[in-house]
Amino acid sequence: MATQQEHKFKVIGTRPIRHDGVDKVTGRAQYGADVSLAGLLHGKVLRSPHAHARIKSIDTAAAKAVPGVKAVLTAQDFPEIGPGMAAMGELPINPQHLSLNCIARDKVLYDGHVVAAVAATSPHIAEEAAKLIKVDYEVLPHVQSVVEAMDDKAPILIPGLGKGEDGEPTDTNVANHLQFARGDLAEGFAAAEVVIEREFDTSMVHQGYIEPHNAVAQYSSDGQSTIWVSTQGAFTARDQTAFVLDMPPSKIKVIPAEIGGGFGGKIPIYYEPVALMLSKHTGKPVKMVMSRADVLKATGPTPGSHIKVKMGADKDGKITAAEVWMAYEAGGFPGSPVGAGCMCVIAPYDIENLQIDGYDVLVNKPKTAAYRAPGATNAAMGSETVIDELAEKLGIDPLEFRRINGAKEGTAQPAGPKFGQIGFLETLEAAKDSDHFKSELPQVEGRRVGRGLASGFWFNAGFQSSATVAINSDGTANVVTGSTDIGGTRTSCAMIAAEVLGLKAEEVHPVVADTESIGHTDMTGGSRVTFATGTAVYEAAQDVLKQLKERAAKSWKVDADKVVFQDGVFSCTENGNESLSLKELAGKLPRTGGPVAGRASVNPRGVGPGFATHVVDVAVDEETGKVDVLRYTAVQDVGKAVHPSYVEGQMQGGVAQGVGWALNEEYVYGEDGCMQNTGFLDYRMPTCLDLPMIETVLVEVPNPGHPVGVRGVGEVPIVPPPAAIANAIYNATGVRMLDLPMSPPRVTKAILEKNG
Amino acid sequence: MKKVHVQTTVNGEETEFLCEPRQSLLEVLRDVVGYTGTKEGCLTGDCGACSVIMDGRPTDSCLVLGVEAEGKDITTVEGLADGDTLHPLQKKFLEHAALQCGICTPGFLVTSKALLDRNPNPTEHEIRYALAGNLCRCTGYDKIVRAVQDAAAEMQGR
Ligand code: FES
Ligand code: FES
Repeated sequence: MATQQEHKFKVIGTRPIRHDGVDKVTGRAQYGADVSLAGLLHGKVLRSPHAHARIKSIDTAAAKAVPGVKAVLTAQDFPEIGPGMAAMGELPINPQHLSLNCIARDKVLYDGHVVAAVAATSPHIAEEAAKLIKVDYEVLPHVQSVVEAMDDKAPILIPGLGKGEDGEPTDTNVANHLQFARGDLAEGFAAAEVVIEREFDTSMVHQGYIEPHNAVAQYSSDGQSTIWVSTQGAFTARDQTAFVLDMPPSKIKVIPAEIGGGFGGKIPIYYEPVALMLSKHTGKPVKMVMSRADVLKATGPTPGSHIKVKMGADKDGKITAAEVWMAYEAGGFPGSPVGAGCMCVIAPYDIENLQIDGYDVLVNKPKTAAYRAPGATNAAMGSETVIDELAEKLGIDPLEFRRINGAKEGTAQPAGPKFGQIGFLETLEAAKDSDHFKSELPQVEGRRVGRGLASGFWFNAGFQSSATVAINSDGTANVVTGSTDIGGTRTSCAMIAAEVLGLKAEEVHPVVADTESIGHTDMTGGSRVTFATGTAVYEAAQDVLKQLKERAAKSWKVDADKVVFQDGVFSCTENGNESLSLKELAGKLPRTGGPVAGRASVNPRGVGPGFATHVVDVAVDEETGKVDVLRYTAVQDVGKAVHPSYVEGQMQGGVAQGVGWALNEEYVYGEDGCMQNTGFLDYRMPTCLDLPMIETVLVEVPNPGHPVGVRGVGEVPIVPPPAAIANAIYNATGVRMLDLPMSPPRVTKAILEKNG
Repeated sequence: MKKVHVQTTVNGEETEFLCEPRQSLLEVLRDVVGYTGTKEGCLTGDCGACSVIMDGRPTDSCLVLGVEAEGKDITTVEGLADGDTLHPLQKKFLEHAALQCGICTPGFLVTSKALLDRNPNPTEHEIRYALAGNLCRCTGYDKIVRAVQDAAAEMQGR
């Protein structure tokens, strides 16, 4: 589908080789764990073996006595951070909870919670010494399901979390309740021809980045500190570390290493302050790298949830009312993405009467972190399967049903604000036109096959970004930003600058800078980099262009408004013969007033939300319950695709994660509250043998809030897969799956129940 | 712990190192010999980020001890390119955008090379089968499989 601006672009929309590509295929790229410094020590931690316990005492003497051990620290060696909220950029943050999650003080709140840290001359020595630390625990009863945790009699994780009517603190595990409501639910349901009400349970899952968390820290005796880390945000890592160690942020420099995946899970900090404190105590640089078990037990997961969805529609297929109740696992500390879930759950539809309730609930599991469209996938599993059922009961094609109710420009979102220019209906149209949708279902011998469809929404984010663009004497440009590049954003930013400056993508060199070399930039997350940092780069490049025009004007002795720039050439409108290429002008800069650099800092508000519609064919083995994905097509409104290959890659990667979430991935906890599947063998993510090629259809409805029409693209593709696959399983077997993952035992059980 | 002297070949160069008996080949390659292109994702043989070719076979270097490298011929990702000239697989991974974060890429390249060395003309299924021990969380594998197909075609002169 063409954008209005298509004809104008020369670089945007092409597929250049990424700038960091050669380094990454030759093994030269430096990730956090690759950093090495002279005199480096290695840090390891001791983690709680209990889901919930009080720490009575910690004896570190035996560990300290091990030859090669240089320091053993507990929470007593860290500043005690008081209660209350603080601001990190535009985001609220609770420094006390953050610090207690990095190292537990009085209580451990989940299996794997850090209680002590060791620095030694080798990782093996550190690990052995950590095992010698003796912790005396008083084990407390634990609670791991949101429904049980909301019960009055549940064990309390953090006392005084709630507020009573008198404003006094009360004991509860419900950290937050929010509600969106409008219209009249009773009236809406009364007007319905069909009402469907279902309850869903989804399991906790992990982002599953292949690179474990790491940090290398060097404390300097003048108080200046440096941290090398694979993080989604150098500034956010710096600021969080400063909160935990009660240091001014300016005393810490974070140098972002290459990052081996994050998906939201590398926004929070874990080892950064611990490594820095170990460095402070030893006077040596300290490197810490997590094991896979550490990563699974104690970082990032996205919440499991309990969700109730009730929706009604009239006989024409118009949704008359929707009532959604969602409780999300926060983990040991508040902060699940239930708010985002509430914003997304039925956002693709125009619904007059609705009520959405969301609860953020503490449970004895790791503190959850963002994961690709955080909160939206759980929610869509509920709403998109209920919609499938409504359409079926009314005898309306599920795609047509979505079209009848689909949100468009001017539709009010559940949270209130009206949509601007969006492309949801266009994704439905494109899905309908896709090869896949028009094809016959493939037949597989001995299996039941079915096709399913689901849609998804993610609002995308803006936030703060800075960029500088400088012209080199050979007429190329350098672009400096503070945005971690996880999936090729360095190149998309370079392409935006190249477009403005009439250069080739290869003539722009993008750099991701440390926290002392660029203005504040928020984390890579929310699908914001090509949008917000891209806006900063665009403005900085425009700044450069303006200055270059002034230089050309100066050398021609005319006013700057008499200079035009086209196809890499400046020419004078006053005297048709005068022209200078950007390259020629770049060589003259020293003699026309010195170097030219442009800069911009932005906090753009024109965020363009993203919608996706996915189609999937599955084959179900009724005997074993195994579900195979036969064919998958992801359709998405991506706004203007700057580098289509990396846009497709985001969609394909999101689908693969969604398929894992749908079919296999889950945190398994034992009776003792400890995680039982702490490796990739048992926490099973899709391999390439589990997936077909993933077809993509890019719908490009430009975002008017961005100079080249960019919307975020990274997150929404994970939203539809579980619901689409559940709908396909229903189509194949007649069984409605209500819980995630739809693993073989669950599918077999559901089929057996249906068959009596 | 007393160290052991090991003599081996890494990327065509005769290489000697001292290592503790408990150190994995992965740890030795990264921390002793300095080939950090080989990555660690799990240390349990489940992710393939640490893949190397040992005597012609794709091998998870986290499951091999450094001392077992004695007398072996080892290829890491650093050994794929010929000086400045990228191996066709490296070139095709770039052209097809077969990497996002890139942490899995060395492992996929090395395992793909081992596959094409013994089966220059694999089917899609054979490629997926050969790469099933390598996890990628970013790409959904689509572009990786296509890059390997394309590299095979180019190497066959097709
Ligand atoms: S690190 Fe060796 S297989 Fe994962
Ligand atoms: S590109 Fe990130 S894990 Fe494969």
